[in-house]
Amino acid sequence: MSTVQRNMSLTGKPPKTINIQQKIASALGLLGLLLLFLALFNLNFPNKSVWLSASLVMIAAGTIWFAAAAYIDKHEGIKNDGVYFKSLSSRGFWAWILGITITLFYVVLYWFPQYLGLVKDGDNTGIVALFDPLSKFLNGGPASQWFLYGTLYTIAILAFGIKFILKYRHNKYEKLRTFSVMFFQLGFAFLIPELMQRLNSESFKLPYYDLKNIWPLNYYNFEQYRVNEFISAGDIGLGLLLFGVASIFIITPILTYKYGKRWYCSWVCGCGGLAETAGDPFRHLSDKRQIAWKVERWVIHSVLVFVVLMTTAVVHSYLGNDSSKYWLNKDVFLISVAAFLTLIFAGVWIFKREELQKDARIGSIAYFVIILSLIGLHFASGKTLFLVNAENLRQSYGFLIGAVFSGVIGVGFYPIFGSRVWCRFGCPMAAILGFQQRLFSRFRITTNGGQCISCGNCSTYCEMGIDVRAYAQKGENIVRSSCVGCGICSAVCPRGVLKLENGPLEKRIDSNEILLGNDLDLMNYVNGK
Amino acid sequence: MEHIVIIGNGISGITAARHIRKLSDKKITIISAEADHFFSRTALMYVYMGHMRWRDIEPYENCFWEKNRLELKKAYVETVDTNNKTLHFKEGGSITYDKLIIATGSVTNTYGWEGLKLNGVQGLVSKQDLENLEKNAPNNKKCPRSVIVGGGLIGVEMAEMLRTRNIEVSMLVREDAFWTNALPKTEAEMLSRHIKSHGVNLRHNSELDKILGDENGNVRAVLTKDGEEIPCCVVGITTGVKPNISFLKNSEIETDKGILVNRMLETNIQNVYAIGDCAQQRQPIGNRPPVEAVWYTGRMMGEALAQTICGKPFQYNPGNWFNSAKFFDIEYQTYGWVFSESRKKDYEAQFHWKCASDLRSITISYHKENDEFLGINTFGIRMKHEVFDRWLNEKRSLDYVIQNLKQANFDPEFFKNYEKEIQIAYTNQSVIV
Repeated sequence: MSTVQRNMSLTGKPPKTINIQQKIASALGLLGLLLLFLALFNLNFPNKSVWLSASLVMIAAGTIWFAAAAYIDKHEGIKNDGVYFKSLSSRGFWAWILGITITLFYVVLYWFPQYLGLVKDGDNTGIVALFDPLSKFLNGGPASQWFLYGTLYTIAILAFGIKFILKYRHNKYEKLRTFSVMFFQLGFAFLIPELMQRLNSESFKLPYYDLKNIWPLNYYNFEQYRVNEFISAGDIGLGLLLFGVASIFIITPILTYKYGKRWYCSWVCGCGGLAETAGDPFRHLSDKRQIAWKVERWVIHSVLVFVVLMTTAVVHSYLGNDSSKYWLNKDVFLISVAAFLTLIFAGVWIFKREELQKDARIGSIAYFVIILSLIGLHFASGKTLFLVNAENLRQSYGFLIGAVFSGVIGVGFYPIFGSRVWCRFGCPMAAILGFQQRLFSRFRITTNGGQCISCGNCSTYCEMGIDVRAYAQKGENIVRSSCVGCGICSAVCPRGVLKLENGPLEKRIDSNEILLGNDLDLMNYVNGK
Repeated sequence: MEHIVIIGNGISGITAARHIRKLSDKKITIISAEADHFFSRTALMYVYMGHMRWRDIEPYENCFWEKNRLELKKAYVETVDTNNKTLHFKEGGSITYDKLIIATGSVTNTYGWEGLKLNGVQGLVSKQDLENLEKNAPNNKKCPRSVIVGGGLIGVEMAEMLRTRNIEVSMLVREDAFWTNALPKTEAEMLSRHIKSHGVNLRHNSELDKILGDENGNVRAVLTKDGEEIPCCVVGITTGVKPNISFLKNSEIETDKGILVNRMLETNIQNVYAIGDCAQQRQPIGNRPPVEAVWYTGRMMGEALAQTICGKPFQYNPGNWFNSAKFFDIEYQTYGWVFSESRKKDYEAQFHWKCASDLRSITISYHKENDEFLGINTFGIRMKHEVFDRWLNEKRSLDYVIQNLKQANFDPEFFKNYEKEIQIAYTNQSVIV
């Protein structure tokens, strides 16, 4: 996550023409950052809560002021002038500097928190110590590197969210969507879990739980220590655990059926929230080539298989053997997983076979056969489930996917690969929702008759790298797994061709060789209607 | 194998090529002197404005052409020898064809002003024009002031482009509001106000007399017919376009303003066809002008001709007229025919509504006698093509259209609706009449 970029112009004018207000705003934001840096290098501030507040307020105020100075006196409308001329938003020098800085921040955050001043037994030092007062105020305990990260993350979404709202103030869909991600980040991801920590005592402990963070994005939700804590926390804990399960099997399928995966990915999710706000200046950097789409399909679904295997192995490892003690034992669990996967596999192949591309067919069969044979092998020969120790699976997933992919690459590389790399190539939650969106949802982007002029604004500003134009110029609606429904394609379209809609499943895609506007006979003849 | 040669890789030629490939295995060669690959001409402006790079306005990836066996040749066709079915290139060499499709589009239309040859005088039609503008007006240090001659779609695009680099723009418009030869007065005036609000010095009732140069052959200023001298470094000529057919001068292909074609898009020479901006219908179709320089009509001609070439003869038979554009922040769509004051039919009446914001308006034209719905202009409100196309075919009444306007709305979710306001305005107006 970035708090560095406010010093660079992200708006219609090249950096050298930023106005005086923007210069002052940049200075203010940078001063706030400087305070954090001083703390990082162990300058011990006397009155931490004052200095921390000053720093955070300056960073947020600088960002918002900068945005206001950039947009307020301009007309309402699309603000993409000069995007490809600016170093920061076109993979220039400043983009690399920013990318490397964020990447380093993530490396330190994940693997070397001691450099941030985290002290395991004893008082924190450095920048983590600066956050102690706020942490104590919210949850009663000292700060950790994650508290620091969460605070900065939330401030980034709030400040850049306001910037985004100013930028798209003519567009109510964008405004509401951004209010929503700001609300869920501040309330659900930050304040509620922190305050919930206050409920904890010697006899009662809830795991840190961001309610909207659903498995498999929240890949650790069903790990043993958490499940133990849920269960031992009585009705509330059990309720939360059940909510976690219901989120996967009941709540998300219903909402995705009705509204598409956008209800989560661009209205609720924290990763999406950061991408849509702080990541907005980099949305056009996503790779639109067909080859990227091919890679995307293999990688994201492989991550999904990985998380399913990992979670199955982990849950399996701590369940009991004896069904008389508790109904859900190792074997029942494994058989349920196998049965559930078979059900989905069979359902898709029976009802939706025509909609599967060649690689989807190969992939689905291959992964299905591999998973079932591994489960079978375990039952037949008693070998370790999935041949790898559950703890090893868990650790490698946490390292490779949880840290490297979603954090270091996902956010660190915003200025190079665009803001949705994690969401597009990595997020297993997005894979599940996308799978459902593609096959069983009312959501689509409707194309308006024959009005497309193939200009390419939609494809260029699609953060998910969807070649929207390829569909629009065929008069075809866009129904793609990866679409997060951000609505920017529709906003930037100069001819009013695209609209995000929920509608009936019939004729959801509807491709045309001959577009509306031509000879009716010819349209009927060629389009086969 | 029959060899189809297409001159021009714009929307018309490429659409024809794509459809011929879909329907057949014929050998297809596309010749262009302008660009290596097809690009969206309507998107030229976005490259200069920094919204997109050149490759972003190319709708197909480079592998597309080889995959679909569409051979591309970059060359300028100098002569067309229809007797020997041979094209000769300026660069030397030639190519033979079995069937020839001419889809060479338009060039900037000028009116023979003095000074057109000066450096810095240019139109905005081709890739080369874009490159020239980048050279002539890279920033407001090198080019602090510009003049645009003519107020139409290309003129306003050019104004928007130059304004993104903070270059002063003076726009000379002959009429007393922007694009009055196409738009009803109230809309033209609304657009004039909007264009001015973007810092464009829009001069109504103003005409170019001549362009003045300095000793190096660069533009120094323009002189208007009122005798005013406006200093500038760039002069954008945007007084319309005309068919790009000068290379046919010595051929046997019959031309007028454009290449004369019948409804089958055939020229006077067998196996030679013309589509898109460069074609001129011998008999105009309905209310359409004989030369239609519009993206959509080019595409439709390509769609129709591909069928004919592949053995399923289809006339070019466009359906209801439609078009769209964007003027700075105001989007415009039109369905059916809404005529400007000067071109209004004697049976045509119009209902106008304008939003208090001065950013949205609609005009619905209808038949005076029977109230039949004839067409709609919509500014700042997106509407559904399919719905209006259907209503026009069904010959719905003005009443019906007003009452059901909501069905046609295509604005993004949560946007404010204006149907009620429009209906109230309509009712009040009816009472007065």
